Amino acid sequence: MKNGPRSDETTCAGRGRHPAGSHRRLSRRSFMQASAAALAAAASFTPVSVARGAGPSGKDPAFRFAYISDSHLYAKDLNDRFARALLRAVDDVNHLDPQPDFVFYGGDLAQLGQDHELELGARILENVKAPLKMMVGEHDWYLDMGKKWRELFGEPTYSWDHKGVHFVVLMSVVERDFWTQRNLSPMERMQTVAGLDNGMQSSFMVGAEQREWLTKDLEKLPKNAPLIVFSHSPLYKLYKNWNFWTDDAEEVQAILKRFDRVVVIHGHTHQVLTNRIGNIHFHGLLSTAWPWPYAPQGMPELTVQMSRPDPFNPNDGCGDGEVHVHADGLVDKVYNLWNRNPLIVAKGYTESLGKKDVPPKPNRPGY
Amino acid sequence: MPMAAHGAANMDYQLQELAGLLPEADVTEAPAGLDPVVWAAFIPKDNALTRRRVELGRKLYFDTRLSRDGTVSCATCHDVTRGFTDQRKVSEGIKDQVGQRNAPTVLNTALLETLFLDGRSPTLDHQAKMPILNPIEMGMPDEAAAVEADLAYRKAFKEAYGRGVNYEDIGRAIGAFERTLVFIDSPFRRFLGGDARAVSADARAGWALFNGKARCVTCHPVNLSNPLGTDNRFHNIGVSARHQNFESLARRALKALGEDPSEKKLDELALATEMSELGRFMVTKNRSDIGAFRTSMLLNVGITPPYMHDGSLPTLWDVMDHYNKGGEPNPFLDGGMEPLALTETEIHQMVAFLFSLTDVRLAAENRRQFAFQKAAAQKSREFRDPDTAFRRKLAFEDRVMGGKSADK
Repeated sequence: MKNGPRSDETTCAGRGRHPAGSHRRLSRRSFMQASAAALAAAASFTPVSVARGAGPSGKDPAFRFAYISDSHLYAKDLNDRFARALLRAVDDVNHLDPQPDFVFYGGDLAQLGQDHELELGARILENVKAPLKMMVGEHDWYLDMGKKWRELFGEPTYSWDHKGVHFVVLMSVVERDFWTQRNLSPMERMQTVAGLDNGMQSSFMVGAEQREWLTKDLEKLPKNAPLIVFSHSPLYKLYKNWNFWTDDAEEVQAILKRFDRVVVIHGHTHQVLTNRIGNIHFHGLLSTAWPWPYAPQGMPELTVQMSRPDPFNPNDGCGDGEVHVHADGLVDKVYNLWNRNPLIVAKGYTESLGKKDVPPKPNRPGY
Repeated sequence: MPMAAHGAANMDYQLQELAGLLPEADVTEAPAGLDPVVWAAFIPKDNALTRRRVELGRKLYFDTRLSRDGTVSCATCHDVTRGFTDQRKVSEGIKDQVGQRNAPTVLNTALLETLFLDGRSPTLDHQAKMPILNPIEMGMPDEAAAVEADLAYRKAFKEAYGRGVNYEDIGRAIGAFERTLVFIDSPFRRFLGGDARAVSADARAGWALFNGKARCVTCHPVNLSNPLGTDNRFHNIGVSARHQNFESLARRALKALGEDPSEKKLDELALATEMSELGRFMVTKNRSDIGAFRTSMLLNVGITPPYMHDGSLPTLWDVMDHYNKGGEPNPFLDGGMEPLALTETEIHQMVAFLFSLTDVRLAAENRRQFAFQKAAAQKSREFRDPDTAFRRKLAFEDRVMGGKSADK
């Protein structure tokens, strides 16, 4: 039993604490000190943005953009909570002051790629004030193989330059054809892909065609060019059973290898997630709909895991956020959690391989 | 009933009533129905309950000399005859000043994890000191003036705490007295204890709804070992969204608290200004806490109207109407708020359940309130919105789709 799971009560009893909460141990004096410290810390905090001009790394970022991701919209008679959550995220980014340079959407706008789901998402996202950049996710794609999504948002693979940084958006959720031979209908295909651990589907990949495009797109960039790549699935191999995985990750990483430093930002995993492979710094995006648990194996050591979300609060573990981009292309990644304190994974943290700027441990005990 | 200032019952009359409700008992023992080990965890180490401390606290609780103009005591807004609150929308202090917050009952507050509706105070002992100095409540200019007012009790302080009169001990003594106000013996508790007939069939049906369709139990856990009916957490259920622009208000609050981060300033802003509506945000400065207030306890809820932090809901029917439509839409609305699709019968059953949570010693007031609230609800149900409750109308569609349906 020594290493088995322990209840809160057992843990508290072992430490001589009352399970009701640690504040009981605060004397009035220490409470006052604690509140004074909290107030002092908050003095520079503005509610509308986590406006830490200078991040923990101490240097001003060159610019900022905001992100929203993984909203998984349903038909309204099935679920309108996720629509309200996306609306909340839109409100959040619209109230950032100053406004971000653009808002990036990380994919999985729809749950089952249906026209009305994608249209609802498009209507809600029309309310975003800053320019909007879209990425596709597998939930948007496998009903009509991207027809509706393309109609609404354009091509899924593209790149652009902004304030000296080269941005690339990949469609990383390409799957090998598992449906033709099985004679699946489009909806059966979609539902198979939408099942997180449905082993009938293939693993995600970027694919030869896009890898070729990427090589060409990056061709003219010098090796010290600041480069940020977006992919829906993480561009590394985390946990195959849940498709937290990109099958040709090594090949894509090889294309990025010649650069001094690259930031890859991905959706799909719905959680605080940090990784570093050589010159590549990886950051996950929060979902507005639900948080996934962490994978049982393959977790990057660099990730400071958020503690298990509160099952009684549907907002807990969800949120949106900001990315503060520095001149060298590395970023401070801001997780704006809706039911917790905001969390910043600073540039210095991935740069020092976890030695500096360590993000705070979760502010909620495990269950 | 003889009256005192600001609509409260006369203090001596209240003391008499209290003696009837709470016969002399050994205060060093856990109150009936509470486990002694659990009870001990709720008593601060520096303020063990003794007869002398409780007696001193009782005197102070009913003593109007603790206010600047001698018209307000704790019992003015936490009146024994009115559910240990004032049953007013918001409270009235010295010079007839009214604040922004509804006075919560002091009954069973010993069992709360934080005090004040925004949780800005950690203990009763700490909390009890704040209203004395708040300019719109009891308005004492400073701690010294409050101590001065209590010099008559020099001997009682000496006996209770072994030292002279001081401000900290004023808070401790009042806190000690308030800890004796444990009123958990409700018909519903007897029902939970096995007496199936302790509550009506309607209340039993309400209890099933409470745990199911009405979703209440998510934030209001009620059981024999945890009788309060609060998760002690802070949720935005949209009450303050009805009349505030959160964004600009939050900006102003941060500015004001940046200039003066003292807890006294926080206390004043929370009570006297519209920043009250920001709730927990005023304490944590965390955006996700905007408009959030601590889940109210449900014990004795029938006798503590009107409801919510601003007293804006006059009856428990209004409370059910508010929840039935999923609260008031706003960006910070708690994720658990959903339209409930409760029928009128179900609302009636829910209200019957809520009225079964009042301690049997307060049954007369409970009956009076039931009749009174029922009559008021029959006249007006301002917050009733069946279209939203039954999802015939979705609030977000109004905003995003210009009222058009999102489907197909």
